[in-house]
Amino acid sequence: MKLDSLDPRISRSDLPAESEYVPKAGLDQWETFEVFHQTSRGGQHVHVGSVHAPNAELAIVFAKEQYARRMKCVNLWVVRTSAISATSYDDSDMFEPATDKSYREAFGYKNKHIIQKFIADQNSQNLQNSQNSATTVNSGG
Amino acid sequence: MYGALTVTDFDNFGKELKDEDPEKLAEFEAKIARGEKIEPMDWMPYMYRKQLIRMIEQHAHSEIIGALPEGTWITRAPGFRRKLALMAKVQDESGHCQLLYSAAETLGKSREDMINDLISGKSKYSNVFNYPAVTWADTAVIAWLIDAGAIVNQTINAKGSYGPYCRALERICYEESFHLKYGHDSVVHLATGTPTQRKMVQEAFNRWWKPIMHFHGPPDKASQHTEVLVRWKVKMATNDEMRNIFLDTYVPKIKELGLVIPDEKLHKNVDGIWEFSDPDWNEFYEVINGNGPCNAERLAVRRMAEENGRWVREALGVYSGAYVAPLS
Repeated sequence: MKLDSLDPRISRSDLPAESEYVPKAGLDQWETFEVFHQTSRGGQHVHVGSVHAPNAELAIVFAKEQYARRMKCVNLWVVRTSAISATSYDDSDMFEPATDKSYREAFGYKNKHIIQKFIADQNSQNLQNSQNSATTVNSGG
Repeated sequence: MYGALTVTDFDNFGKELKDEDPEKLAEFEAKIARGEKIEPMDWMPYMYRKQLIRMIEQHAHSEIIGALPEGTWITRAPGFRRKLALMAKVQDESGHCQLLYSAAETLGKSREDMINDLISGKSKYSNVFNYPAVTWADTAVIAWLIDAGAIVNQTINAKGSYGPYCRALERICYEESFHLKYGHDSVVHLATGTPTQRKMVQEAFNRWWKPIMHFHGPPDKASQHTEVLVRWKVKMATNDEMRNIFLDTYVPKIKELGLVIPDEKLHKNVDGIWEFSDPDWNEFYEVINGNGPCNAERLAVRRMAEENGRWVREALGVYSGAYVAPLS
């Protein structure tokens, strides 16, 4: 029995309602590439997903259709998924500092209170000095 | 475009769960309770993986099959702007399918196996796409209200626990906001047009009301397994909750266009719950099991696309490498 469709393209194709389908074998859809896009010059490339492709050249074509169809994009990278090495979430404690590493952070250098104390000391010293010199002048008169 | 889980296989659910390592399971559940996402390389219970593969795969199939009813009218769209918009929408749906297949692949099922299972009829897809788009107005109703139902579902599921699925859904929801606007605009155009146009859109609406009510799936059976899926943030809301959100938002928008909803019993209770006539769940199951008006055509078209594309893939595929599932 042939299919009678509301879509003229399907009716024209003269499709049988039933037919033998040869199941896809592995890699029919090729391997995957991870896609990174940059939304503006100067920005980082950010991972957005993956595409199946037979080679990097076509991976770029598919990535453009898939990930740069609408949102702003100025540059795309594709990388074979198999080329990526990654850490395991199970080992994410490796990113916790083993000891106090504040010496390598900007927040490890808080010295405003030292400066404030220094200025306060200076001011009180200057006040002291000017009072002393005023006393000297008076007594000298 | 996708509604809720069309079929949930709970066989062995309890048994499988008992076999899990209790310490790992507790850690996994604590992670979800803290609002953290599960990523592909994390330990996860067998049933979590199985349910997610089923759900994401069905969602992916629904996107690619969902493009077909609307695609029916591309050749005869009323004007170039509508034609371009419809082509863009159909391309988006195919793109959503790609995103979702990738998300499902991270759980360990290959794309080839998913496509094979779709074409052989083993995997299901959203029931509503087994109904025909009889006129141009049907495509307008689909683009507006089926996509609206899908957005309700997808926005809720984007808050689920599986990282790759959530990321795919966020991108999909962003794109579907165009579908909704485009669909609404097409319906507004017809509903505010000539008497012939008004009649056309009302008839399309009458045809699609039942599939729309079916879209979020039959009422969930309360069970221990559903509770587990809720705790795992695989199921984020019941089918009835999602249908209620949909009706709350869209019934007023339908009425303001003067469209008549073909259900006299439809009304909102004082407690905010919508009441409606039984949308014939027997028909829903009949259609899911392959006896809908367009099941054979949908799969035949998918099969044709795969078979006609085979030589292209073979021509391109001079390849030596190994498959690795996507990382994220």
